[in-house]
Order: sequence, then C-alpha cells, then structure tokens
Amino acid sequence: MFTFLLRRLFASIFVIIGVVTLVFFILRAVPGDPVESILGEQALEVDKQSLRDCLNLDKPLHVQYGLFWKDVADGSLGHLCDERGVTVRDRLVANIPATVQLALASMLIAIMLSMPLGIAASLKPYSWIDNSSAVIALLGISIPNFWLGPMLLIAFSLTLQALPNPGSDVVGLSALILPAITLGSGLAAKLTRMTRSSMLEVLNRDYIRTAKAKGLPRWQVVTKHALRNALIPVITVLGLQFGSLLTGAIVVEKVFARPGVGMLLLESIEARNYMLVQGAVLFISFTYVLVNLLTDLVYGLVDPRIRYD
Amino acid sequence: MIKIRLPRIFHRLGGLAFFGLFIMTAVVLCAIFAPWIAPYELGQIDMTRQLEGPSAQHWLGTDENGADILTMLLYGARVAVIVALSTVSICTGIGLTMGAISGYYGGWIDEVLMRITEILMAFPGILLAILLIFITQEPSLLAVIGALSVSGWSGYARLVRAQVLSERDRDYVEAARAQGFRTPTILFKHVVPNITAPVIVQATFGVAGAILAEATLSFLGLGPQDLPSWGALLDQGASYFLLTPHLALFPGLTIMFTVLGINFFGDAMRDILDPRGLTRH
Repeated sequence: MFTFLLRRLFASIFVIIGVVTLVFFILRAVPGDPVESILGEQALEVDKQSLRDCLNLDKPLHVQYGLFWKDVADGSLGHLCDERGVTVRDRLVANIPATVQLALASMLIAIMLSMPLGIAASLKPYSWIDNSSAVIALLGISIPNFWLGPMLLIAFSLTLQALPNPGSDVVGLSALILPAITLGSGLAAKLTRMTRSSMLEVLNRDYIRTAKAKGLPRWQVVTKHALRNALIPVITVLGLQFGSLLTGAIVVEKVFARPGVGMLLLESIEARNYMLVQGAVLFISFTYVLVNLLTDLVYGLVDPRIRYD
Repeated sequence: MIKIRLPRIFHRLGGLAFFGLFIMTAVVLCAIFAPWIAPYELGQIDMTRQLEGPSAQHWLGTDENGADILTMLLYGARVAVIVALSTVSICTGIGLTMGAISGYYGGWIDEVLMRITEILMAFPGILLAILLIFITQEPSLLAVIGALSVSGWSGYARLVRAQVLSERDRDYVEAARAQGFRTPTILFKHVVPNITAPVIVQATFGVAGAILAEATLSFLGLGPQDLPSWGALLDQGASYFLLTPHLALFPGLTIMFTVLGINFFGDAMRDILDPRGLTRH
C-alpha cells in the first residue's frame, strides 16, 4: 500500500509538472502582444512598458518559465499588474465557492437520482423499469447542459414562478437547485448505468446466495451485502467524473449567470487576459488531478483486497 | 480478422438502434443536401419578420434578424458532420498508431507516450480545447477540429495500447514473427485488424461526443465563427429565450436527438462488438 501511495503521488507530481509546462507554452504561443490585448492598442507607451515589465514579458522565455514556476509554487499564480494590485489567486478565490457549491450540489443530486434508479434496474434486469432507466440514462448523457438549463428556467422560473431567475440577487439554496440539476443530469446518467452493472455483477456472487439462503430480508441483502460491495466502482466513477463537473460548470455558470471559476475563465477569454485564463485552467486541472489521486487512495482504503503491485 | 457482415449486424440491432441509424442517416443527408433542401438562402434576412414563431413560411420560426431557423439548422448539420467526422478520424488515426506502437514495443516509447496521454487527460473534458482555441485569435472550423483532436486522441491511444498488450503474445503474432514478417506489417496487418471492434464502438461514441463538444464550444462563443453551428444558434437563442422559447428549443432538440441517436446506435454496436464493455461514453 505504501509503495502504491508513493508511486501514485509521484505520478501525480509528474502530471502537474507536465500540465504547468504545457499551459505555459500554449499561452506563450498566443499571437500578438498580450500587453496590447489587455490594455488596448491605444494605450500609452509608458503604460504598456510598465505592464510589460511587471509581467516579465521582456525577459527571455526560460527566465519567464522559471518565474512562472515561482508564482505557481507560492500559490499566487502571478500578479495581474493592474492598479488594484491583486494576484490571480485573489480573483480565483472570489469565484471558487460558487463553483464548488455547484459541483457538490450536482454530485448530491446525481447520487440521489441514480442510486434508486440503478438499484431498481439491477434487481429486475431487462424489465420495463430497467429499460426505461436505460433510456433515461441515455437521455441524460445526450441532453446538452446549455439546453437543459434554459428549458428548466422556462419551465420553473417563468411559468411556475417557483425559483428565482438567474442574475437576480437571490443567493442560497433555491438559486442552486436548477443549476445543480442541469449540471448533475449527465453524471446521474453515468452513475445509474454504473450502479446497475456493478450491482448486477455483485448480485450473482455466492455470498449473496448465502445471505438469501439463511433467510435475511431481501432489503437487507440488497443494501447491506450487495450495495456495499457494488459501490466501490461507483466511487471511482464519481471521482473520475468530478473533472467533467468542473468543465460542465463553465457552461452552467454561463447559462445561469453564476459568478464561478468558469465564468471567470469565459470573461478572461473575452478580455484576452491570458494571466487569468492561465490561472483558471490551472485551477481546474489541479483540482481534477487532486480529486483523482484522492479517489485512488479511497479506493485502496475501501477495498483492501486491491493490491497495486 | 473480424468480418463485419452488415446484414447480420442489422439482424441483431434493436428498435432503438434503428432509430439511431435513421437519425444519423437523416443528419448526414441534411448536411450533404443542405443547399437544395433549405427553404431559404443562408444569410438571407428579413428585418420585418424578427423573432417569429413557427409558421407556414418559416416552419421553425425566425431569429432576431428574421433569418429562417430551419435553414440555419440544415446548414448547421454540415458543421456538425464535418467537425465530428474529421475529429474522430484524426483521433482514431493518431490513437491507433500511437497506441499500437506503445503497446507492441513497450519500454521507453511506451513510458513516454503514456506520460503524454496522462498529461493530456489531466485537462477534463473540453478544457484543453478551450485553451487551444484561445490562442487562435479567430476560431475557425480548422481550429476547432484541431483543438478537439489534440485533446481527444489520448483516450483512443490508451484503449488501443491495452488491446495490443493483450494480443502481442498470442500464437498468431508469434507465427507471423516466425515467418519473418517485418514488425510494422505484423502490427498493422495482423494485430490491429484484431482489435478494431472496441475501437469502432469507441469511435461511434466519439462522434456523439465531438458533436456535443463542438456545440458546447460554439455555445461558449469559441466555435467556428461565421458558420451556422447548432451550439451558436442556441447561444443566440438563449439571449432571447424569455421572449421566444422556440429560438432555443429547436437547435437544442436537434442536438439532443442527434447525440441520442448516435448513442443508441453505439450502445447496440457495443453489445455486439464489445461484450466485455471496454469502451465508454
């Protein structure tokens, strides 16, 4: 276990180094002058020069690369060099809660929808409930978030006047529900299928037959014996899908005008502020790598039978 | 080599798969014949008929410039089909080559290639594509295809690599080696044909994924500019959808049914070609 842990950690560090390097060089390949795209072409030469100095753009590429690593290491992700003197981290930190809330809420909704559906489907394979859950799941995968969002808004906010409109100043739980359903739909679909296939596999095992044979109530066999063991691969899918929740959040935040990291990324792309684009992209992939690492570790803890070497 | 006899496969396809096949055929036909079947010219606007609902003249209504939505959806099928087919062909091509070399030779080549795919996969979903499109000032059709290909091939490479790894010690490979065939011949004439089944299934889902990815990029304003893309229509529709829901409704339904149809078909293909379930959506 310890060697596995070390090796997994080492691999993640390597991936992080690769990600930082790739992002750095991709963004240095942006054609045109980044200073001009931030300040505008008409800006004074003095201002342009001072921004250039502040962003270290006059230094040779390898020096810039080194300085970039320094910014990543101290967590600031670079200074924005505007009059307010904030760093990229400050801008990110302001927007992270909205995204994390959204991602966690949609995960919760996805779990609540997919577990009963997946379990029910697995208990009666190829029945009408199984077939309809398969169709619902495929619908969930196929409906684009940027369409489901507006449709939910039309259905609930406008016709029923039930939930607040996007952009209105209501924060809190009710403003989270529609975005979370929108973002969670795809994950719910994938989890339903995963739960079903994982349960089906477990339900054929000998120990399930034993549990049934000794007269345990059916619900106890299903929840205690089968579900617990079937959940292990489901946890992995959950971890792996966290990344697509973060990217999906970009779309959902745009639809519902939520001030999250995705919104920040889109605004920075619009403003061609490459420092912020860099910061937002790094934040999303770092989180993704970290969650994947944690998932692997949890996997090892939950299922001690797994040996990695 | 697995011979895919089409008639037999058709026998085993269920109703949903036929529905999928029907939709796929319809979309491709719309893409090819868009200029002939579209009721209006592309880009033809009528400022007197803005944001109209469905009518006899405009079956699916008009947008804020009075342009016909059906016409734009038909031309949008071209963008979707071109992007999806090019992206998936490029991804499958690179993935097959890289994965086969990596799995067959092993050693440091394998190590390097796997590390590269790991780094590429650290960008979830379309994040890398967004970043790559950001560096092109004006996103074009080519830029979108390129960005989706760069971020998409690694999944195929890993699938192929795993397959080749399990094939390379089989007897028939040994036999081919003993007959003195050159390694590239063994690899691409003997091994690769044996592993096409899961790749075909993966590519089918890949087409659905690429259509969704292109629509998403366009919705975010990062799609091919000045082309009628389904996602861009939705983006445009979203700003007016409180006034006229049909503007967002029809492009959304088009994307949904296309992707759904391909997924139904892909599911059936998987049941037939890949019963062990190596591929994923």
